[in-house]
Amino acid sequence: MEVAERTFGKAVSHAGERTLGVLTLVALGVSAVLSLEIAPADAVQGDVQRLMYVHVPSAWLAYLAFFVVFIASIAYLRTKKTRWDRLAAASAELGVLFTSLAIALGMLWGKPVWGTWWTWDPRLTTTAVLLLIYVGYLAVRRISDNPGRRARWSAVVGIVGFIDVPIVHLSVVWWRSLHQGPTFFRLGGPQIEGTMLLALLVGVAAFTLTYAYLMTVRLRVGRLEERAAREALSPWAGGEP
Amino acid sequence: MTFLRQAGVIARKDLRIEIRGRHAVGAMVPFAATILIAFGFAFGPGREVLARVAPGLLWMALLFSAVMASRRAYQVETEDGALEGLLLAPIDKATVFVGKTTAIAIELLVLTVAILVLVVLLFDLALADLGPVVLAFALGVVGLAAVGSLFGVVAEYARTREAIFPLLVLPLVTPVLIAGVRATDLATSGRAGEAASWLGLLAAFDVVFVSTGVLVFGYVMED
Repeated sequence: MEVAERTFGKAVSHAGERTLGVLTLVALGVSAVLSLEIAPADAVQGDVQRLMYVHVPSAWLAYLAFFVVFIASIAYLRTKKTRWDRLAAASAELGVLFTSLAIALGMLWGKPVWGTWWTWDPRLTTTAVLLLIYVGYLAVRRISDNPGRRARWSAVVGIVGFIDVPIVHLSVVWWRSLHQGPTFFRLGGPQIEGTMLLALLVGVAAFTLTYAYLMTVRLRVGRLEERAAREALSPWAGGEP
Repeated sequence: MTFLRQAGVIARKDLRIEIRGRHAVGAMVPFAATILIAFGFAFGPGREVLARVAPGLLWMALLFSAVMASRRAYQVETEDGALEGLLLAPIDKATVFVGKTTAIAIELLVLTVAILVLVVLLFDLALADLGPVVLAFALGVVGLAAVGSLFGVVAEYARTREAIFPLLVLPLVTPVLIAGVRATDLATSGRAGEAASWLGLLAAFDVVFVSTGVLVFGYVMED
């Protein structure tokens, strides 16, 4: 908890934020070259399989972001420090963004490969429910003007929502097993070609850096929002005396 | 022991309000009936299709009713500052959660009887194996009530944004809907033996959400 607080809780310096931004751009560039040029086209699916290099990292970030919401929510309820609430809020926003991206990219990929935009596959369905739960989380954040109450309520939703995910997944897996499974193209199977794996890993790393960079920016904006709200409430609102 | 007794007092208070206000008879049962008839129009009039989707319709009607009942459980508290009184009472906040959950679960169970009768009459649902069906509803309403009573107070504050409460509750109770429908479906199509794992899932959901609710409800109600 202490390490996490030092990593996430404190402000990142301006130079630090810029370095992270440049690093992220470079990583995304390398990832683009690897996945579009260097990695070979899939033998069965052709070029459309290259969507994997953005789809899988998005899905990974979705779960990472909501895990961060879960941890930050627990930390907030234990410590009542607003920095944890800001962290949870920022991560939830990015989580919703990347979950939507993962679903949209998955649909684009599913149409040519499975022949349909959507199948009630357990992972797809769980991800869709996950998205709805955290859209609800963001809606709860907009209910109350009272920052303390907003933080407590959303922390409770952040905890309960994450605990629910494995149960949702289990129920959907069982539910699917009663129907006929979709004809599934298992990606690569156990052996995936070397450069493909490299491109995927670099993609995951580049997306994770993107998440970290967007988080630092969002957290800075969160701190500014809080300061603006505080100043608007202060007796000197509208200019120092 | 005191914990359960205090929760019992709160549950009895809520149920007394419902009985005296006749909200269940006056609004909940007609609401559920309206939903079922609307489903009948949407999927009917072929008897075969209706009988096949009946387990799903049953649980959908219960789900919407659970959203209404959970709202209602906190709506009555906001009148005459009743909520402040409840919060000032020298009791553990978790007793309020357990009490409200119990009251909502009992209301829903009573409502289930009415919905079941309607579905049997309207959609030809064959209630051959009643045991697993009753168990599925008994377990299902506890999970629905737990989620509803945990976030019902949030709904009260979001009164100008009506959609938030169902948006919050419905995705969370996905497992209850799936497991409840499957268990009912299996039990009414002569495969009651296979319903056991679904009933287990419902029980697990109840345990997880009641215990999580007991742990975190205090934070929801802090002021």
